[in-house]
Amino acid sequence: MNYIKESLSQVFGNKPTRPDKSKQPEALKEIYASKRGKLTKAALEAVELEHHGTFFRKWQRRRWITLILVNVLFLVSYKFDVQLLEGAMTASRFIGFHFADLNSALQVMLAYKHVVLNLVIGTTTVFVMWLLLGGRTFCSWVCPYHLLSEWAEYLHLWLVKKKIVKNHTFHRKTRSVFYVIFALLALLSGYTVFETISPTGIVSRAIIYGPGLALIWVGALLLFEVFYSRRAWCRYVCPIGITYAVVGTMSPVRVSYNAEACHHEGDCRKVCLVPHVLDLTIRGMAHDVNQDVGSDCTRCGMCVDVCPTDSLNYKIKGLDKFL
Amino acid sequence: MSDSGKTRKPALSTRRKASSRREFIRSAMLATGVVTLSLAGLLPVMAGTVNRLRPPGALKNLKNEQKFLAACIKCGQCVQVCPVNAIKLADLDEGVGLGVPYIDAREQACDFSCDGLQCVLACPTGALTHDLDYPADARMGFARLARPESCLAVQGKGFKGVARGKDFKGVLRYDEIDRWNPIPVAEHPYDLELCDLCVRQCPIEIRITQCVEKEKQRDAARKAGTLARVAEEFGNECPPRHAIELRPVSSEDSEGNSVVRMLPTVLDGCVGCGVCEMICPVDGEAAIVVDDDKQTNWG
Repeated sequence: MNYIKESLSQVFGNKPTRPDKSKQPEALKEIYASKRGKLTKAALEAVELEHHGTFFRKWQRRRWITLILVNVLFLVSYKFDVQLLEGAMTASRFIGFHFADLNSALQVMLAYKHVVLNLVIGTTTVFVMWLLLGGRTFCSWVCPYHLLSEWAEYLHLWLVKKKIVKNHTFHRKTRSVFYVIFALLALLSGYTVFETISPTGIVSRAIIYGPGLALIWVGALLLFEVFYSRRAWCRYVCPIGITYAVVGTMSPVRVSYNAEACHHEGDCRKVCLVPHVLDLTIRGMAHDVNQDVGSDCTRCGMCVDVCPTDSLNYKIKGLDKFL
Repeated sequence: MSDSGKTRKPALSTRRKASSRREFIRSAMLATGVVTLSLAGLLPVMAGTVNRLRPPGALKNLKNEQKFLAACIKCGQCVQVCPVNAIKLADLDEGVGLGVPYIDAREQACDFSCDGLQCVLACPTGALTHDLDYPADARMGFARLARPESCLAVQGKGFKGVARGKDFKGVLRYDEIDRWNPIPVAEHPYDLELCDLCVRQCPIEIRITQCVEKEKQRDAARKAGTLARVAEEFGNECPPRHAIELRPVSSEDSEGNSVVRMLPTVLDGCVGCGVCEMICPVDGEAAIVVDDDKQTNWG
């Protein structure tokens, strides 16, 4: 219950709650105390160097392949009429089963104010699927805009390093404000206003049905992210992220943190799309020795890849009981 | 150690205060900017410039596509199932109509060669209403002889050759050639004494002719005492009303002689599929076009 509450609070833009030091378990306090003065720069660099050679970027590789495969499957299904995955990211049919993106479906329901059975089936299927797979897993493992934005992010970080551009942050509550505004706009105007500017739908349709003028808007967004604000759309605007983050609060697929070996050097937070979920890796910020990362996490695995001490890992809650 | 950060709020330095104020202003500007841009998508709709020929069963009525635009989830499944690729998805210039399906009849009309209204069946949200069972129930639009002066039938002319030139990409199903696969119009030359392409290729008229044929077979089967199939028995796919015919009209030529001309006349069985507009062999704009419908009332 605490996980859900804390996750939701973070999703809607609040800072992660600081742990009450009197309630932190003794084991955790001992771990923190034992590290005092031991985490030298040289030791850290040695661990990182060793880590680089082993399985660096394993999850990123798997994720990119998955994301590209899913989007190519959409394209191939249409172009060669294999009928495996028909439709686009907003709604599709996978071997005949209805799938409807939760946020697009919500926009349609609010605007049209009428729900047909097919949409109920599609929405339920997708809800259950992401409930099992982690919620925002959609963002990093499937959403085609995410990959474009990830590439733009590398360019942005390079420009920042060269001191050519500066990153500008926005308040994280802006995304919640957008969520309410877009829901209200659909309800009041009777049109699916968000769908017009959603790069997820635009890029997905462009891949399947061919490019159009709408890609200019996507290009503008990417330029904004490269030159002004890192990952701005996913971090501060996109309501799809909120929808799936809410689903993810109840999902067993999570990234789990173990404080024991952690160096608290913060490499994980540097690569993270939603670094607030990793605030628990800051020294003194964990609530327990083992703690799950909040559901705003996209389960992209960048932190798992980058962590030199194996302190962050995927886990499936409850699975250990069966094994 | 235990009470720090719990009772007192950490005082922000002036610099951090200023930076958080700047962040707030930036966030407000971002919100205003993105919302304004998304609202700009409503402009083409309010200007009424986005009304177009939509796939069969679209939830719309004359000059009001609001329900259709709202109910459509912009996935393009209708595009994928159409055997003649008649359906396209609108672009950004149509604002909130972005990703919504439309048909450009002159380029490629819906000829119902799927028989079963595949796009309606594919639609996951009911934006193409499932109340529609047969092509003859559709009302996508309504044909109109917009340029009678260029109509070959009106001029009393025949037509020889391929209807839209050899480079035309459009396809049609010609039952007599291939019952299941549409072929390019450019591969099907005509030789007509009087051009009647709009009537000849009208899917409703073709179906009515087939139904008459079926009825004859049914009656023969009944007479012979053999059992006809249910569909033959009831003929429930048969369009109840004619869609178009060539009507003779008397007029005078330049020398004052009375002549009889054939005038393509649209009847109330027209479903607005646009085949007549596509097949019309005159150069440029077709003599007969499908208007945005005046009688649809699915919404």
